Amino acid sequence: MRENAMSDTIVPGRWARFRDSYLLYSFKRDLVAQLSLVLFAMLIFAAVFAPWLAPANPYDLAQIDIMASELPPFWIDGADPQYLMGTDAQGRDLLSTILYGLRVSLIIGFGAVLMQAVIGVSFGLMAGYLGGRVDAFLMRLADIQLSFSTLMVAIIVGALVKAIFGGATFSEYAVPLLVLIIGLAEWPQYARTVRASVLAERSKEYVDAARVMGLKSRRIMFRHILPNTLSPIFVISTVQVANAIISEAALSFLGLGMPETHPSLGSLIKSGFDYIQSGSWWITLIPGAVLVILVLVINLLGDWLRDVLNPRLYKG
Amino acid sequence: MALLEVNNLDVRFALRGGDVRALRDVCFSLDRGERLGIVGESGAGKSVAAFSLLNLIAKPGYIAGGSITFDGEELSGMKDRGLRRIRGNRISMIFQDPMMTLNPVLSIGEQMVECLKAHRRISTREARAISLHKLNQVQIPSPETRLDQYPHELSGGMRQRVIIAIALLLDPDIIVADEPTTALDVTIQAEIMDLLLELCEKHNVGLVLITHDLGVVSQVTQRMLVMYAGRVIEQGPTREIINDPQHPYTQGLINALPQMATPGSRLNQIPGSMPSLSNLPSGCAFHPRCGFVNDANGEPRKACLDKVPGFVDSGNCRVACHMVAELVNQQQRDSREEIL
Amino acid sequence: MTAAVSQHDPKASAATADSREQDNAAPLMEIRNLYKRFSLSGDFLEQLKFKGGKLVREQEHVHAINGIDIDIRRGEALCVVGESGCGKSTVARTVMGLLSPSKGEIHYDGQRIDHLSAKELLPFRRRMQMIFQNPYASLNPRMTIQQTLEEPIRLHHPDWSKERVRDQVRDVMDSVGIDPDWGSRFGHEFSGGQRQRIAIARALAVDPEFIVADEPISALDVSIQAQVLNLMMEAQQQRNLTYLFITHDLAVVEHFGTRVAVMYLGMVCEIAPTGTLFAKPRHPYTQALLSAIPRLEDDRPQHIRLQGEVPTPVNLPPGCVFHGRCPHANERCRQEVPALIDVEGGARVACHGVEEGRL
Repeated sequence: MRENAMSDTIVPGRWARFRDSYLLYSFKRDLVAQLSLVLFAMLIFAAVFAPWLAPANPYDLAQIDIMASELPPFWIDGADPQYLMGTDAQGRDLLSTILYGLRVSLIIGFGAVLMQAVIGVSFGLMAGYLGGRVDAFLMRLADIQLSFSTLMVAIIVGALVKAIFGGATFSEYAVPLLVLIIGLAEWPQYARTVRASVLAERSKEYVDAARVMGLKSRRIMFRHILPNTLSPIFVISTVQVANAIISEAALSFLGLGMPETHPSLGSLIKSGFDYIQSGSWWITLIPGAVLVILVLVINLLGDWLRDVLNPRLYKG
Repeated sequence: MALLEVNNLDVRFALRGGDVRALRDVCFSLDRGERLGIVGESGAGKSVAAFSLLNLIAKPGYIAGGSITFDGEELSGMKDRGLRRIRGNRISMIFQDPMMTLNPVLSIGEQMVECLKAHRRISTREARAISLHKLNQVQIPSPETRLDQYPHELSGGMRQRVIIAIALLLDPDIIVADEPTTALDVTIQAEIMDLLLELCEKHNVGLVLITHDLGVVSQVTQRMLVMYAGRVIEQGPTREIINDPQHPYTQGLINALPQMATPGSRLNQIPGSMPSLSNLPSGCAFHPRCGFVNDANGEPRKACLDKVPGFVDSGNCRVACHMVAELVNQQQRDSREEIL
Repeated sequence: MTAAVSQHDPKASAATADSREQDNAAPLMEIRNLYKRFSLSGDFLEQLKFKGGKLVREQEHVHAINGIDIDIRRGEALCVVGESGCGKSTVARTVMGLLSPSKGEIHYDGQRIDHLSAKELLPFRRRMQMIFQNPYASLNPRMTIQQTLEEPIRLHHPDWSKERVRDQVRDVMDSVGIDPDWGSRFGHEFSGGQRQRIAIARALAVDPEFIVADEPISALDVSIQAQVLNLMMEAQQQRNLTYLFITHDLAVVEHFGTRVAVMYLGMVCEIAPTGTLFAKPRHPYTQALLSAIPRLEDDRPQHIRLQGEVPTPVNLPPGCVFHGRCPHANERCRQEVPALIDVEGGARVACHGVEEGRL
């Protein structure tokens, strides 16, 4: 009594599935997404290979020539062709500094999001699946956390750490500290999104089927429910990476982020800000433009991903 | 000429893999006051047929060919403006889910009055009076209070009654009902069907009833179409089709009902499942599941595999099946020989 | 109470031979005085309300099941029918331990199971399985069929070798008519009927003896319904299964059930062997329900019209829950809750009218 309706018994492989997927199809038709991805890939490439791409090493004090400070980029008179994008106030090659700064910004961005995701996803899963008091406690915690703005929390924690351990220690551990601060400040976003989709998934019959089978809660949460909540996690991750990069830039701009010896895009913008009046606008504006492009590109990709992964939006 | 005539209707959905043909060569007609059932399983195209009558197919669907003539007017190419004159006014629709039709933030009365005023120049007071009268007709208890209630305050059965009242509001010529009782319980379903039948008879309203439930069709309609994979495969008087189905699919569908088998015994199932519209088998779309695909020699009939069957007249019914066509030809030959 | 047997039911007549034995044998599943209510009022803080200047705690409940007693005998298919909101699905979910009862007991094979912990329940989980209504939601979309089917086997037979698990999966896929080579496909690549077959395969994978099926065919097309029903009957014969079959479709019940329990507002109003119930329904609600089945034979049937609507299960009516819609209700029906009484044909009916001989 076997059914013959599906006569082709060749099982498509992973690649074939991807090739036929809606993801790829919509990507091929979306010029904005394509452009964004190309730009994003270029920025990632530039950041990863910064030590090889950059003409100079901005961290190496020996390569810095204070006499060559505040040189304009190549298209302006008085530029030194050695410094394509000009130099900053300390005489560092701006292009190299931006490449290295991009690297720092991206590391903090992705690191912070990873941290948020780990905390937020586990809390969200627990709150959504276990419900009851666990849910009430975790969600109130998230509410309290959300009632403070991210920056405020970050500033307070950052300032405290700086005050207690001193500026030198802070500078030394700035990257992991920023990851921790931004990560802790934004986990509720994940927790809430995950909880909402867990609640939706939990009422589906496959979860009941798993319970009837006798599976343990932990296995149901991680093996059954979590994989089905990945789409929204993916979508908010893009937004959150962009947010984390912005937060880092803002903190650095306020002087609570990366030190100027080890600049991120944010601290570069800050360091140039003092010279904007004196005509050296490029020190601020070029890293600023890079930051804007980076964040914009990530957000555009996120928008595209959201449209693709949310069939309701696509149909409506 | 019939009130509503559909000829060679061809509806397609423009999808990324190319056009999917949801309806092909669908022909039927409906006289004034006649009740027609459209039966089929999910994916057969019965709802698409209903929606295309009023050009309500959502994108990416479109009517690719054929004609829909209502009272002498061609509807298929008509602009929205012209259609609006007919929709709700002369042809009204009842959907499966009443909450899809009712606006949750407007009271029943507001919705009915709005509908009336959209089509007629009357005062709110008159519109309310008409609404009340219609609610009375659908036997809603205490209709005055219902007018000021919101859809969520009513039970499923009551909502469907309100929907019927709204459908009757402008005294339409035809009501198209798409699975009107599928979401309801059996006892409520029976009541709603009785009501619909009674009202259609009393007001001489034509009914196009789309359903998967052969029982409902057999009780309510006079004529019926059976659809399979986007085509009509059998049409004729309901009683004749139910009592003596010609097409193997119709036979299978009726025989698969539990009430057709002795309790506890094996049901007569149709093997396999409906093919997807984007990947139809060659020839007759039913041939991979058909028990009559082989001819007298035990070989699959070539026509079944290669050629889409056309309609043949068999008694009062029209059937699209090569096997039936052979039988009919045979009979004609036999009777001719007898005469000679 | 004797096991009544309808004449035309081959399954039941096969059981006549050992009917005495069956009578003496304890039922496989006993549901005793079961109640289940759901709170509508949220958590503690949301229940607090100001009334007349005082802070009071107020709770509202949906009374989904209101004291039912059902025995399920070995090898039978007990069908529970009723309209939406009558609590039939809640019965299924409570029996399977997806919900815990508010009151009452559930015994499986002589052992009380409703208060067991997840760990203690595990050996019972292998013996009782469930099939769900919606084949589009009951398979995990991110797992292949192979993974879906292996999971219960691995859980309940941790000592089995990889090959043995794989063989078992092949066997069970074969037995439900799904090509075992399709194991690496995902659920969404199958049609509704095929998915339901896979869901049945998952339930059968651990060789259970008792299966709860919650509306397993109501989401399927007519021609596919027949396939799935046939499959379930085949499995019953081959594996000697006992079914608790929840449905709203009386035509299916007539075909499939050994006995039928009719539920209304969380109560059993009639429980009888299928043949008896369809030949001679006693409870007024059963009669109305049966008259409403759309049949092919008669084109203008006479439905028994019930007055009014099903009351909400939040505020249960006093007396017989059906009295508000019953054409035969009298003063006693409005005050006193009827108990199930034995009537002829092995049926049990909860109706004062039947008890008094009025009906």
